Amino acid sequence: MSATTHAHTHDHDHGPPKGLMRWVTTTNHKDIGTLYLIFALVMLFVGGGMALVVRAELFQPGIQFVNPDFFNQMTTIHALVMVFGMIMPAFAGFANWMIPMMIGAPDMALPRLNNWSFWLLPFAATMLIGTIFMPGGGPAAGWTLYPPLSLQAGDSFPFSIFAIHLLGISSIMASINIIVTILNMRAPGMTLMKMPLFVWTWLITAYLLIGAMPVLAGGVTMLLTDQFFGTSFFQAAGGGDPVLYQHIFWFFGHPEVYIIILPAFGIISQIIPTFSRKPLFGYDSMVYATAAIGFLSYIVWAHHMFTVGMPLAGELFFMLSTMLISVPTGVKIFNWLSTMWRGSLTFETPMLFAVGFLFMFSIGGFTGLMMALAPVDFQYHDTYFIVAHFHYVLVPGALFAALGGAYYWLPKWTGHMYDETLGKWHFWLSTIFVNLLFFPQHFLGLAGMPRRIPDYATQFADWNMWSSIGGFGFGLSQLLFVWVVIKCARGGARATARVWDQPNGLEWTVPSPAPYHTFEQAPDVK
Amino acid sequence: MSLTRSVSMRLMAATAGLLALPAAHADWQLNLPPGVTEISRQIYDLHMLVLWVCVVIGALVFAAMAYALVAFRKKDGVKPATWSHSTTAEIIWTVIPVFILVALAVPSARTLVFIEDTRDSELTIKITGYQWKWNYAYVDRGYDFYSALAQTSNVARQKGSGVDPFAVDHYLLEVDRPLVIPAGVKIRYLLTSNDVNHAWWVQAFGVKRDAIPGYINDGWFKVDEPGTYRGQCAELCGKDHGFMPVVVEVLPKDEFEAWLAAQKAGTQLAAGTVSGTATAGS
Repeated sequence: MSATTHAHTHDHDHGPPKGLMRWVTTTNHKDIGTLYLIFALVMLFVGGGMALVVRAELFQPGIQFVNPDFFNQMTTIHALVMVFGMIMPAFAGFANWMIPMMIGAPDMALPRLNNWSFWLLPFAATMLIGTIFMPGGGPAAGWTLYPPLSLQAGDSFPFSIFAIHLLGISSIMASINIIVTILNMRAPGMTLMKMPLFVWTWLITAYLLIGAMPVLAGGVTMLLTDQFFGTSFFQAAGGGDPVLYQHIFWFFGHPEVYIIILPAFGIISQIIPTFSRKPLFGYDSMVYATAAIGFLSYIVWAHHMFTVGMPLAGELFFMLSTMLISVPTGVKIFNWLSTMWRGSLTFETPMLFAVGFLFMFSIGGFTGLMMALAPVDFQYHDTYFIVAHFHYVLVPGALFAALGGAYYWLPKWTGHMYDETLGKWHFWLSTIFVNLLFFPQHFLGLAGMPRRIPDYATQFADWNMWSSIGGFGFGLSQLLFVWVVIKCARGGARATARVWDQPNGLEWTVPSPAPYHTFEQAPDVK
Repeated sequence: MSLTRSVSMRLMAATAGLLALPAAHADWQLNLPPGVTEISRQIYDLHMLVLWVCVVIGALVFAAMAYALVAFRKKDGVKPATWSHSTTAEIIWTVIPVFILVALAVPSARTLVFIEDTRDSELTIKITGYQWKWNYAYVDRGYDFYSALAQTSNVARQKGSGVDPFAVDHYLLEVDRPLVIPAGVKIRYLLTSNDVNHAWWVQAFGVKRDAIPGYINDGWFKVDEPGTYRGQCAELCGKDHGFMPVVVEVLPKDEFEAWLAAQKAGTQLAAGTVSGTATAGS
């Protein structure tokens, strides 16, 4: 076999090259995973800083700190950074680190592509954030970039479009790599239906990405030609259709929602069985539910557009298909609950974040079902109720899963145990503040506060004040996480290979920290 | 200084409000108001239905989760079970939600059909969104006018204006000229935009619809109770998106006719004083 001949010609104890060039030229899945994760953590604070500008301005009625146009830039770039720069790269980091180790592969299938898909990100993100300093400022039409408003942008417009293209290319390449790796590099015996659920969710996510990202790329390219080359795809005055853009955007945008949440489901499905000391309940139905969610995600997009004015038949179809999503999502929640049922539970930090996810993601799921009903959505749409809904699924949902995953695998990555006390503090502070931040926004939306406004009528003042306090508390709590990670990387109690009491999976069969190269010889999978 | 003082006072008031009875205070409104039209009442009923469905399911699921977290702890010496699937259970929690969804879908579809039925309207008003004001045209009656943020709010909302928003009447929810409509009349609205997307929203009517250039959306509402109702643009439309409110004044039908006749005759009286005159005259 080629692997064995390789072993004869090279010294296998060699580590990575030293210094900066190690990280620039690396093709090692662990290095690239680390890069992705560090990048995502930096972006968490960049995007979070922008959110705090928003929350500071909304702390009380009246305009205190920023002009309305800059406020709109902050909401827009906050969303783009958090979606494309933070949460997606974070999960790509987990995929890089864990998928080869979970399926018993020596590395990702396409290591150079892997290097490139990461290194596009810092440049794309820098360009996107840099638009703030250009004449006319950055994009300010919301992350959805609806025309005609988005076409009123300043000089920065082509730069933000190009940044989105680069981020999309990066995602597509990462997805190709993940699909090729999972389908071709599984260790002998690792059949598809034996793969850890995290691998399954990423396989389906990667297909969603390949289906959805090119559609976004097409849509934003049409914006670009409308602006600079005289086309009228979306300009009514030239015979174009502004609503067409919304259909294109949400045909990407709804699968994107599941692109973000499916890997989170995967991580939760790894954590809960470990700390319940019991196998994952209903593995097969978890896989099928994930696939069903993936399929449904492509046929529900216009539920973001109920107020656009669709034919009755269209509104009914998108209402009913959207309601259906709650069935496979419910199956997942019930399966996680059943995994814990009659288990033997302990509450280390990863488990705390997983349980927090279970409760708070469910809240986001319930509000999701509420807004699936088209007539009621007429009242919820574009209010803070929607803001509360998607932040519940994204922050105590997706972000909590990523934080839980980080605590879960940090000992495997660094070889040290993290500080459990600080981890618990981090969880409890995050949970208290995230609810203070987002729960009152339900009330604001129901009381009638529209989203994306820099100033508001005085009856919304009290809940906004609490929400802002929650926002600053949540943001500051994340500094604790940085401290925990740095402390863990630098030292701490030595982690064993298994790390936890009863973990399941191939990643726990290699030493901690995981050696630079793992599974050069394929393991035996029973 | 005065800012910090007002913040700390509001914080104290807010804390007191939280500790006392939040719902009793108008500023602590928690729920969707039922509104004043048949549409908004049907939406409200649907909202309460789905809210209670979610609350009941949530209570059951969260109670089960909480029980599991307390009852199955390793430190209490619980030995983990080894089972990992149960076809019966999985069929049950796939099928039951489907029935719940059907129970929600039926009234939702009925309300949707009701909302979309614009037949037999008596008055048509064309609403056009502009950055950042509204144009209201009584298309069958040959009269239109613009409606923008009231000057009092516009002065107060400027950065560094020094005006306390709490001192301004209906801060950000007042316009120079409200839309005036007759009570008890089925009104069909046509909605479009002259520049970017906007959305016309009056929560009390249960009406929110996008105003899109090149499109004419339509819908309807019928308000029985005379009064003043307030709303806002709900679709991001640029820097002053937060500053293009909607105010609708509903007058008894005869007062509305008098108002419209006066407007068409070129009388430059404000709607509020006209309603007084009309009442006195009748």
